[in-house]
Amino acid sequence: MVNTKVNLCGITIDNPIIPASGCFGYGKEFSEFYDINILGTFSFKGTTKEPRFGNPTPRIAETPSGMINSVGLQNPGVDTVISRELKEMPEYFNKKVMANISGFSQEEYVYCVERISREDQVGWIEVNISCPNVHGGGMSFGVNPDSAYEITKAVREVSNKPIIIKLSPNVTDIAAIAKACEDGGADGISLINTILSMRIDIAKRKPILANTFGGLSGSCVLPVALRMVYQVYNAVKIPIIGMGGITTAKDVIEMMLAGATAVQVGAANLVNPYACKEIIEELPLVMEKHKINNLEDIIGGAH
Amino acid sequence: MNNYIVKSNVNIAKDVYKMILEGDVSKITSPGQFINIAIDGLYLRRPISVCDIDEKTITVIYKVVGEGTLKMSNMKEGTVLDCLTGLGNGFSTQIKDDQSKPLLIGGGVGTPPLYMLAKKLLKEGKQPKVILGFASKEDCFYEEEYKALGLEVEIMTANGSYGSKGFVTNAKLFTDKDYDYVYTCGPIPMLKAIYDNSEVSGQFSFEERMGCGFGACMGCSCKTKYGNKRICKDGPVLVKEEIIW
Repeated sequence: MVNTKVNLCGITIDNPIIPASGCFGYGKEFSEFYDINILGTFSFKGTTKEPRFGNPTPRIAETPSGMINSVGLQNPGVDTVISRELKEMPEYFNKKVMANISGFSQEEYVYCVERISREDQVGWIEVNISCPNVHGGGMSFGVNPDSAYEITKAVREVSNKPIIIKLSPNVTDIAAIAKACEDGGADGISLINTILSMRIDIAKRKPILANTFGGLSGSCVLPVALRMVYQVYNAVKIPIIGMGGITTAKDVIEMMLAGATAVQVGAANLVNPYACKEIIEELPLVMEKHKINNLEDIIGGAH
Repeated sequence: MNNYIVKSNVNIAKDVYKMILEGDVSKITSPGQFINIAIDGLYLRRPISVCDIDEKTITVIYKVVGEGTLKMSNMKEGTVLDCLTGLGNGFSTQIKDDQSKPLLIGGGVGTPPLYMLAKKLLKEGKQPKVILGFASKEDCFYEEEYKALGLEVEIMTANGSYGSKGFVTNAKLFTDKDYDYVYTCGPIPMLKAIYDNSEVSGQFSFEERMGCGFGACMGCSCKTKYGNKRICKDGPVLVKEEIIW
């Protein structure tokens, strides 16, 4: 019997499979397809202080082996997430959940992290620092080490839960940013968020997305994600959650060999709602085939 | 579990195909729902509305508008497809008792879901009338199928090459106002024209570029008077009173 358990920032999870934020809602829709308690945990929809409708439609474009989205953080706001979504969640999910927090100012991050930290169901807080800083000329918090350090330090101070900083891949030196987050007190790093991209409708001669640009995800981004996780593993000592294009159990093993303690599965859930269930069922078989008894033993094994 | 076998796939009008799929139909609970078909070589599934079901088959009618539907049109009998079925909030026939004269208005490939609706309304003792709008004669389909149900059908074509010339809102069945409820599916400008020119309540089925098709990705959100909705999960059918254009 192989052991798929991993320790993620002090909390042991049954397996390292975590549906990624934005691709799993609050889990309810997926619980109609299978019992989502088989998951390690899941990261719920990115949450901001105020309710957000997000960007105009079309918000979705397709590309070979992937998709581009410009949803724009549609969510009901942190208070409603707590009073409605978290309240209903125990009906279909009884493990600790990962809260995903976004913001457009340091104050907003701090407010949301402080607020969500009071909830017992929340095991980890994943802070998405890819959003533009409205006080910083629209520059994303995640594009330079100084602002990444500042935001990490600020949210770390107001929470008693593990803080995982989710990094944008749209940067020059991902390792330097990861290191800055570690220095700021982060308990973990997750990466990669989606890759800035676009498609053009050649008949209309216009961008397909109403927002012009969107984030690329799906199996096409796996090699980019692997490279960045590999680089970050060399730079930090805290656990890494690897994500980007993971579709199969073999992808999970590959990502862990690059340096990930756990993985997130994003776009695969949207094209196959059973994706995580299939990965979890397939994982022990792939482990046996590759003579892996204890999954934790392979973390960073490719280095 | 989600496998369906293509039993037939035939061209019924210009670029329009009728595909019959055999498999589990139990998840389809109301007319106006759709299925989401995985297509080899394409990342996202393709959502297609359900035209009709029987005990073990699903009929869908689709128009070739892009890569996905082009691939579908080339599928041979016996092809096995991975489909998610019973998606979306379809048409409800549970409306007030005094609304017994529904008018069904379909435009182009918006006409298929109204066929299953027409059958359901008939079963419930209502006598719907039907307006089908197309661009021209070569685009027309399913007139005979609706007539075979014993329904009064008025065909409109934009260029007048078949039926009467004009839009669905120019149809006699529309302008004589002898109806007390509207069910419609078709292009947005048509839906808007019906919304603006009908005095009765109704249900409108919308289309949007979707990511997942089951409510998870928020790719197809719209604003309504009753709050934000997902076209794939809370729609595609919206009631007239909630629509914001």
